[in-house]
Amino acid sequence: MRWTVLTSDAIIFFPAVFAFSMAFHHQRRFDESAWAFAVILLQPALILIDHGHFQYNCISLGLTLGAVASICLHRDYLASVLFCLALNHKQMSAYYAPAFFAYLFGKSIRKKNPIFEVMKLGVAVIGTFLLCWWPFLHSRTAEAVLLRLAPLQRGIFEDYVANFWCASSLVVKWKQIFPNTVLAYLALFATLVSFLPSVVQQIRSPSHRGFLLSLFNSSLSFYLFSYQVHEKSILLPLIPASLLILEDFSLYRGMILCAMFSMFPLLRRDGLVVPYIATFALHLLLLNVPFLEKSLSHVKERQHPSLKYMSDGLLFTGCLIDLLYLLIEPPPRYPFLFEALNSLLVFICLVLIGLHSHIQQWSATSTHEQIDADKVKMN
Amino acid sequence: MRGTKQQQQHELQRQQAQKPMNGLREVLWMASVATCIKMLLMPTYHSTDFEVHRHWLALTASLPLNQWYIDETSPWTLDYPPFFAWFEYVLSFFARIVDPVIVDLTRGLKYDAASAVYFQRGSVMCSDLLLFLGTWRFCRNFPLKLQILSYLAIFFSPGLLMVDHIHFQYNGFLLGVLLLSVSYLKEGNDLTGGIMFAILLCFKHLFAIAAPVYFVYLLRHYCHDLARFLKLGFSVMLVILTAFGPFLYYGQIAQVLRRLFPFGRGLCHAYWAPNFWALYNAVDKMLSYLLRMLGFDVVMEKAAMTGGLVGDSKAHAILPQITPGLSMFLVLLSMSPCLIKIWRKPRRDNLLICVVYAYTCGYIFGWHVHEKASLHFVIPLVLAAVDSVKVAKEYYFVSIVKMIFLVLHSTAMWYGFAINFAPQTQTSVKESELKERNGCMSLCIKKKMFIAGLVGLEIYVQLIHHLVFEERLPFLPLMLISVYCSIGLMYAWLKQLSFVIEL
Repeated sequence: MRWTVLTSDAIIFFPAVFAFSMAFHHQRRFDESAWAFAVILLQPALILIDHGHFQYNCISLGLTLGAVASICLHRDYLASVLFCLALNHKQMSAYYAPAFFAYLFGKSIRKKNPIFEVMKLGVAVIGTFLLCWWPFLHSRTAEAVLLRLAPLQRGIFEDYVANFWCASSLVVKWKQIFPNTVLAYLALFATLVSFLPSVVQQIRSPSHRGFLLSLFNSSLSFYLFSYQVHEKSILLPLIPASLLILEDFSLYRGMILCAMFSMFPLLRRDGLVVPYIATFALHLLLLNVPFLEKSLSHVKERQHPSLKYMSDGLLFTGCLIDLLYLLIEPPPRYPFLFEALNSLLVFICLVLIGLHSHIQQWSATSTHEQIDADKVKMN
Repeated sequence: MRGTKQQQQHELQRQQAQKPMNGLREVLWMASVATCIKMLLMPTYHSTDFEVHRHWLALTASLPLNQWYIDETSPWTLDYPPFFAWFEYVLSFFARIVDPVIVDLTRGLKYDAASAVYFQRGSVMCSDLLLFLGTWRFCRNFPLKLQILSYLAIFFSPGLLMVDHIHFQYNGFLLGVLLLSVSYLKEGNDLTGGIMFAILLCFKHLFAIAAPVYFVYLLRHYCHDLARFLKLGFSVMLVILTAFGPFLYYGQIAQVLRRLFPFGRGLCHAYWAPNFWALYNAVDKMLSYLLRMLGFDVVMEKAAMTGGLVGDSKAHAILPQITPGLSMFLVLLSMSPCLIKIWRKPRRDNLLICVVYAYTCGYIFGWHVHEKASLHFVIPLVLAAVDSVKVAKEYYFVSIVKMIFLVLHSTAMWYGFAINFAPQTQTSVKESELKERNGCMSLCIKKKMFIAGLVGLEIYVQLIHHLVFEERLPFLPLMLISVYCSIGLMYAWLKQLSFVIEL
């Protein structure tokens, strides 16, 4: 079974990363793009979840990455098709949907015939969905499928995940105050509100860099405010952060630390502590290669100091908590003390990162020039 | 203009190489990456050697000194010299803290709970620090690129990783001590080098094969007068006495020696190491089949050589029997050109090649040689290889013959060496002449064909043999691989001999 994950990783994820690297980093020097390529591929979080815990995230993430690469290559229809495939593989890919929607919509309304463009995209999307759901529509089991996809009865959060509902439940006991359906609507509302700014920005001035940031922002907002979020969903904001590594190193560094620390309780339960330490350490070593220092100096220099200090603090505190978690038994009154501390710490850092990335997205230079360039290419 | 730029670059590299802490960051980085990889290898398969070392932990922890070489609680009796036993003793303190059952003599038998596995694997990883230290000390004056190449080849050597961290042994730190010793000798610090070598011998006596080389070199290079000779002799004697003294006191020396040199085992290990005797055995088997078919009455032992057992059976049906004495004689004979060279020209630069050559001879002609002994000459060969394209080719060839299926390592090494010896980086006239004669880093056609054949053979062994022969002739695949690799290694040995003669 592990071979199937490995094979699908090799067939789908690897080429997608390569395509993205070619599309987005082609103007960079070889050293930098090769290093970025290695960093994206060697995601410890992805390796641990897909190959350790065992899941097939690589397929949907690979398809999404393919969609992103297509967007960078100005092939919007291919992008829509690929993203719909990703959606149909794992509904969690919907975390990225607002970003795709915003960018494509923003681009379409700038074209000569906006409604026609939107309709063309719509045909691509609906067509793909029909293709995937055809067998289920035929046998009328679509409803059952949909019900399975949205398991409301499992509650607003499980275990200790670094999101808003879990963190704030230390103060406000959501589960005791509201029933599940109300909470579901509350979560939906909160998520909508949180990704709205980034969507609006992209519609106003779509650009490639802004699109990537928007992917990050929308998936982060889903992670923080959505209903029934798993720890593994941290992969979804993590991937766009890794795509932006050459643009904003401090963002990625903060994000990978958050992701790894947030996954520690899950991995500990799976008995994957040693691989966790090994892959985490390897990745940090990869981020600080001595003989690539000169080549990567200007990438590292452009780090935002506040985020850098936050990451350093997170690294120290996170390691401390993990160590305590491994060595000491929690007091009987608070058996989940360490998990709670862990998720609270990561939540705070995620909020800070989210603020930073929103500021980044809004300050991205307007790219009418980019869209004009598109027009020139198409004509 | 280009000439001066190259000269400037060369000068810069030379200046950089003089700094004592040169390359330290790279070493630390490589060492950390290697350690992480080893961590990932922790849950893999481990062989009986794991139980051997666990038992030695228990043995040294539970019994007094005078029982160490006598105890027979487990079939895995102590057969390394005393310093290694002391090493296990020190480790056992920590083992006891982690999990007391590990060091229990009777309850711990065949104990392989997670605590034991993690502890033992952790101990190998920690002892590898000596390997890192030894390599760094040897390489620290190389230009940075060559340093990185050496660290890459040694820290990530697939052979070492597989033997030490999967199969389970402690070769890493022993090789580290060897490299430390050679590094001292390279700097001219002969006394320290000699003492370190003596210490190494008291950890694992198998390294004694290079003792003649050391002896001749130190005699000619260091012992200019009687005073120095006495100083060296006294220090070495002190080391040996520290190790064996207690057992001398208890009157157990004979028993210790019996344990250290178990000549009761056969000429070859159960899985033939690809050395001269493998070819010898193969020829013997073929001859006996041939003569059998021709009608002669040939007494043949059942295939005693490929079972897991090692015994003193009459191994050879046609060709003359080989005794341990004969094997040792051949080893010394093959080492003699090297010894003569060192006697005549005891130069520091020659030492490493001769030490490597000595271990190769020991491998080719030795008695009951394990596959793993090849590490003794492959690892130091790396350090000789970074200096010369000829040696680099041989290193590459040898390491492929040892580990053919490790394509990644091979391509990385090829790339590394090829870049190192690319035409435009050479500036010295003598080297470029050498290159013109030998060509750049490209293997000649014979070597390429040999490697291709090896790949084909491996495919046959893994996949096809079972399909064709099913359960018959079970020894054939192993024998084929051994014989084929022995041809390759014999060639490598002869090439090394040619290097030595050219010194």
